[in-house]
Amino acid sequence: MAAIIKIRGKLKDGTAKMKALMPHPMETGTRRDPDGNIIPAHYIETVRCLKNDMEIMSAQWGPSVSKNPYFAFRVKNAVVGDRITITWQDNKGEASAGELILK
Amino acid sequence: MENKMKRRNILKGLALLSSMALIPVRMFADMQAAFKTVTPEAALTELFGNLPMEQSDAVTLKIPDIAENGAVVPVTIFTDIEGVESISIIIDQNPNPLSASFTIGNEVFADVSTRVKMGKSSRVRAIVQTADKIYTTSREVKVTIGGCGG
Repeated sequence: MAAIIKIRGKLKDGTAKMKALMPHPMETGTRRDPDGNIIPAHYIETVRCLKNDMEIMSAQWGPSVSKNPYFAFRVKNAVVGDRITITWQDNKGEASAGELILK
Repeated sequence: MENKMKRRNILKGLALLSSMALIPVRMFADMQAAFKTVTPEAALTELFGNLPMEQSDAVTLKIPDIAENGAVVPVTIFTDIEGVESISIIIDQNPNPLSASFTIGNEVFADVSTRVKMGKSSRVRAIVQTADKIYTTSREVKVTIGGCGG
């Protein structure tokens, strides 16, 4: 199971500032191991963000997003109790998710 | 206890992921092609076809002038332009210039931050797409140690 997404959120005046950290190798597919073999590409391709199960934004990434990606965005019309979910899927079909209730 | 909670959240998230109808704001297949292009121009064409493009001060691109470590370059892009549908990051000198593309819904601000890898010094472009136009701004970033080599 891939590592969980760590999410932080700060709610102020109806806007939620969200920050997420996603532990992931984000291998480009061009690096070589010490024996000279190419390390296969392994990176997050799709990220989805939901508020109370409704998709509010998404991201498509290539392998040039840094290792252990950081991702921040701001949600409109946010209130206490809103549930923010972030999920990712990588090029090997692995997936992970994280969730936060705004307070 | 806490671990169990986390586990449950992951499972719930995964269930959501698989049950969710794909929202085809832009077709994923097209995006795949855009990520494989090797020039910024080709990436732009693949992403936006012939949408007219203009340089705009209304797009803010925050990125260091000098990146000491090309493996981790913080980028923030935001704008007050109305009706933003997507925000993309293009790094001209990377082997595949398109780095990330964010689909912006009505419930979020056109304001995203992430970190990217840069192989060497390059022009970095922020691309903001609305229904009928593309707005861009760009910055030159000097990279001391590249982040794509092996």
